[in-house]
Amino acid sequence: MTLETIRHLKHDTPDHDRRLDGMAQGVLGTDMDRPEGPLKVSGRATYAAETAPEGMAHGYLVRAATIGRITGSNAEAVQAMPGVLHVLEDERMIRNAAQGMAGKSPVQKQGQAWYVGQPVACVVAESFEQARHAAQAMMVTIEPDGTHAFDAESREAQVETPEKKQLVQGDFDGAMSGAAFSIDNDYRTSSMSSAAMEPHASIAQWDEDGAVTLRGSYQLLRFNKNELADVLGVAPEKVRILSPYVGGGFGSKLGLAPEAVAAALSAQVLGRPVRVVLHRRQVFETVTRRSETKQRIRLACDAQGKLTAIGHENLVSQLPEEVFSEPVAQGTHFQYAAPNRLVGHHIARIRRPAAGSVRAPGEAVGVTAFEIAVDELAKAAGIDPLEFRLRNVPEKHPENGKPFSSSTMEATLREGAKRFGWEHTAPRQRREGEWWIGTGMAGCVRVNMMIEAHARVVLTGQGVRVECDMTDIGTGSYAILTQVAAEMLGFAPSQVETVLGDTDLPPASGSGGSFGAASTSTAVYLACMELRERLAAKIGVKETELTLKDGHAIHDNRQTKLSELLGEEEWRALGHLEPGKAGQDVRQATWGAVFAEVAVSDVTGETRVRRMEGTFACGRILNLKTARSQCHGGMIWGLGLALTEALEHDPRDGHMVNRDLAEYHLPVNLDVPQLGVHFLEERDDWANPLQAKGIGELAICGSGSAVINAIENACGVRVRQLPATLDRVMEGLAAHD
Amino acid sequence: MQFNLDINGERHALDVDTRTTLLDALRDHLGLTGSKKGCDHGQCGACTVIVNGRRINSCLTLACMHDGDEITTVEGLGAPEDLSPLQLAFVEHDGYQCGYCTPGQICSATAMLDEIKAGWPSNVTGDLEAQVDASIEEISERMSGNLCRCSCYPGIVDAIRQVAREEAGA
Amino acid sequence: MRSFDYVRAGDTAQAVREAGSEETRFIAGGTNLLDLMKLEVMAPGKLVDITRLDLGGIEETADGGLRIGALVTNSDLAADARVRRGWPVLSRALLAGASGQLRNKATTGGNLLQRTRCYYFYDRGEPCNKREPGSGCAAKDGVNRILAILGTSEHCIATHPSDMAVAMRALDARVEIEGAEGRREVALGEFYRLPGDTPQIETVLKPDDLITAVLLPAPAGGRQIYRKVRDRSSYAFALVSVAAVIEVEDGVISKAQLAFGGLGPMPWRDADVEAALVGAAPSAALFDRAADILLAEAKGYGGNDFKIPLTRRTLAAVLTQATEASA
Repeated sequence: MTLETIRHLKHDTPDHDRRLDGMAQGVLGTDMDRPEGPLKVSGRATYAAETAPEGMAHGYLVRAATIGRITGSNAEAVQAMPGVLHVLEDERMIRNAAQGMAGKSPVQKQGQAWYVGQPVACVVAESFEQARHAAQAMMVTIEPDGTHAFDAESREAQVETPEKKQLVQGDFDGAMSGAAFSIDNDYRTSSMSSAAMEPHASIAQWDEDGAVTLRGSYQLLRFNKNELADVLGVAPEKVRILSPYVGGGFGSKLGLAPEAVAAALSAQVLGRPVRVVLHRRQVFETVTRRSETKQRIRLACDAQGKLTAIGHENLVSQLPEEVFSEPVAQGTHFQYAAPNRLVGHHIARIRRPAAGSVRAPGEAVGVTAFEIAVDELAKAAGIDPLEFRLRNVPEKHPENGKPFSSSTMEATLREGAKRFGWEHTAPRQRREGEWWIGTGMAGCVRVNMMIEAHARVVLTGQGVRVECDMTDIGTGSYAILTQVAAEMLGFAPSQVETVLGDTDLPPASGSGGSFGAASTSTAVYLACMELRERLAAKIGVKETELTLKDGHAIHDNRQTKLSELLGEEEWRALGHLEPGKAGQDVRQATWGAVFAEVAVSDVTGETRVRRMEGTFACGRILNLKTARSQCHGGMIWGLGLALTEALEHDPRDGHMVNRDLAEYHLPVNLDVPQLGVHFLEERDDWANPLQAKGIGELAICGSGSAVINAIENACGVRVRQLPATLDRVMEGLAAHD
Repeated sequence: MQFNLDINGERHALDVDTRTTLLDALRDHLGLTGSKKGCDHGQCGACTVIVNGRRINSCLTLACMHDGDEITTVEGLGAPEDLSPLQLAFVEHDGYQCGYCTPGQICSATAMLDEIKAGWPSNVTGDLEAQVDASIEEISERMSGNLCRCSCYPGIVDAIRQVAREEAGA
Repeated sequence: MRSFDYVRAGDTAQAVREAGSEETRFIAGGTNLLDLMKLEVMAPGKLVDITRLDLGGIEETADGGLRIGALVTNSDLAADARVRRGWPVLSRALLAGASGQLRNKATTGGNLLQRTRCYYFYDRGEPCNKREPGSGCAAKDGVNRILAILGTSEHCIATHPSDMAVAMRALDARVEIEGAEGRREVALGEFYRLPGDTPQIETVLKPDDLITAVLLPAPAGGRQIYRKVRDRSSYAFALVSVAAVIEVEDGVISKAQLAFGGLGPMPWRDADVEAALVGAAPSAALFDRAADILLAEAKGYGGNDFKIPLTRRTLAAVLTQATEASA
């Protein structure tokens, strides 16, 4: 019988042991290829929609074309169409995707269409083609239920100002009025979509015991399981979710989405498996988007460029009854020192599709606008924007005085400037033909988080198996967890099997908020430590004197094969990380600096990014290759945020007008130059026993400002409404003509 | 409707709805799920396959229109234990993350390199009548019909350049 | 997508015979038709597959021009050595359009018949006179950044999305059509119709008319430029595009053929603009005057107002480039 022992860590204090530095396998931190790579590049990795259980039927969602009370439909006529098996109009269908880590049902249908595009029914048929056509033929009658606001800045919008999210410190107004230099500007960012390449898809299948298995595409399985159970009104033990491969998330798959509920309810009614895949247009509308923001930023500094006042007041939008609101000022609270501070947070309840977490909620748009504002103040003060930032690096948390777990802001700025070859210049100095050339820079910052995670590690003489319900949404979980286990237990990565994406396995962190790699790796580390202790005890040495390498235990100049030590035994250990005071006693964050060179057409206002260099400090790097790719992703998202991405909402009913990939402009290959990414060597002992921190979101938190600041440097046009599409730049160019 | 598709060197007899796209035929009727559906409207490139030597969006064509055509999908380019040079290069350069757009990228790149060899110009080609080469800019422009939201473009370009160089040197 | 009958035509006569009703559509590349059928913006009851017809060749004509078969793909046309040499603006326009994959599928005939990318046309939840005559135009007071400023009516402000057709219009192309009454040719300038109060009718084609070829006159010479302005560097529709064939002799413009994309419901050409340019010496003032003439009737709808100055600036840049002494 195999014995499973548990190692639990309540993470209250920094870990100065740095045990990983004492390991010998030498695979952690390398640029090891992803172990699942060959499956992905050969089309053999199986995503959510890609299994076909016997008897599977196909569902297609029906959309509300207007807002109001649902009073009827032509369901009977639709039911009679060729191939139609069922028309689902269940009140348990959900209005929009759940918010991240909700763990319970989002707002359900309640007989209402809250926004244009809400899923209000699902038509199930024998074939996909039949279901799609029947769904398109379905008409739901919706009676208008009054007038609504569709724009956060409109006079009709109801605006909430939650007390807990407002902050005043010192004499803000006094500091502003007495300042040597100050700025006071409104910045706007657009409504945006995660637009993961794999549309949400679910296949639901019930067994005779009333348990449901959902093959879905989700990021946070242990929460998603509870969400689905709550929606369906069954015990969580009756729900199993499988997501071995997830075709991108970026926040859009944090919470259970409408297709999963429709699939589960339909499958229950029909007694056969049902697949529902969101059409791309439905992904845009029914899965949460990033709220547009209006940010009033006021900054003041003294004659030496020392910040004296920081004001950041934000307006975001959200549907009624959603708890989340874009935490725009999350980075503002601690990025820069200044004695007088003001933060405002306002939520307009409007009828646009629900807002939620999209890659780096808060800082992605908050730091981006703020770093444009800092550039403006530096310019007003006549100081090099790099130097200006260096003069305002905080020594401790400027609002509550807590220490930083690590403070690398200055180091990333200096290193980044060196790598880019930063030189401060006046605007409108360089020109190549019709193109203005300029450079810009910005700091990046993102809070670092850990959440609870479990992982099982199974050790045999031949290798290791890692098991948990962690997901790999492209972030590199398969690679990283494999490397941690290989490093700790002394096996080649090829002898480590990592099994993820199944809620029958121990509940890990899931992927989101950049907490996944560090949280779940810590759980794996703990399980491995437990196994190391057991091995050490069996051999009769201290764990710290035990070296594990290439399947051998090495101690006191003796070398024993693990296969001899373990024989046919299978040793199991469960690692359990529980976040504690280490996350509260200090401010944990990741820091970076991004520098960009752009060309701006003096004719059209088109911007081309020619060069981008990012320097980041994210604690210990677990896999250099996947870490670099994550930063490429963040920087390119910054480019999209700055230049191309905007969801347009109709002013009359709030619906998303450009809800497809032809007109919602993700950056394409040609938009992106070759990018430089550099990591500072760092060990953050407060973060976790691995000294590793989040990576996936940092690079988007400021990269866009480097581009916007570079546009100003190139052609003298300051864009304060993002994205800086050519019409906005051209308007500024015309003023110079 | 009944017809035949020659896929990855094997003939398949199909009997499907005329509305069935080539992509859905591959994914739902033949179990070849390597070709991905990202938008179903020719706006993302995830469904790219090679038909009679040319890359196309398999979502925007009806399966029944391809009776007798030679179709290559990502599964036909290489298996996990026997990957094509481009597939290997994508792994080495991390030209993918989530992997969902990847089969389309690789099919697209495979045929794209042939287009360069055939001397086809692109929108960034300076002189329409000069020889074209597999420069970074040429590759980027020619691969712009394949979106990658993980934004692995730098790795994708590096992977393709490596293979283009290898082929040129061979 | 509703069910449809599918017929594969063996020859042109059969194709024409199989058509003839409003319910029937020819399908070749299918890149736009299937896109719209999936959303049921178009819902034909019958498709006539013309891909096996013998219309895939490019031949030289007696007058030194080209006859481009309707089934020639955008890729083949762009890469054709004769086109690259003699009609480079057409190659350039084709290469600026869509993606490599789409150009491999999209055909010459189909490209001419692309439908507008107006958001509201694509959205069955919204009124649109082009999709559903009489329902209204949601775009005028909606999001109209990408829509037309020339040739619009109160019923429709859609643009034609093609790049290829813009170059062809500048090149004086003609469309060869096979119909029930035989073969005819229509100048591309007369092929499209303005929306007026029937925006659902976009061309002079009758239901059983099949485009069999596009005819290009002999090479126009001059300096040929296609400039496309768009929201990203590739794989996006034009906000504004300019196709130009310009010749300067003895310091005076001797030839000016200009067509514009992104501005109107058809590839736009204005004879008065060309007349103003020909015979004049190139100058910034002249180009400004040309823009004045082109944009005299331009009307913005709020979101697309910027297209007016953008067109002016782009036209000036293209004309400047085209009339510069060669390096």
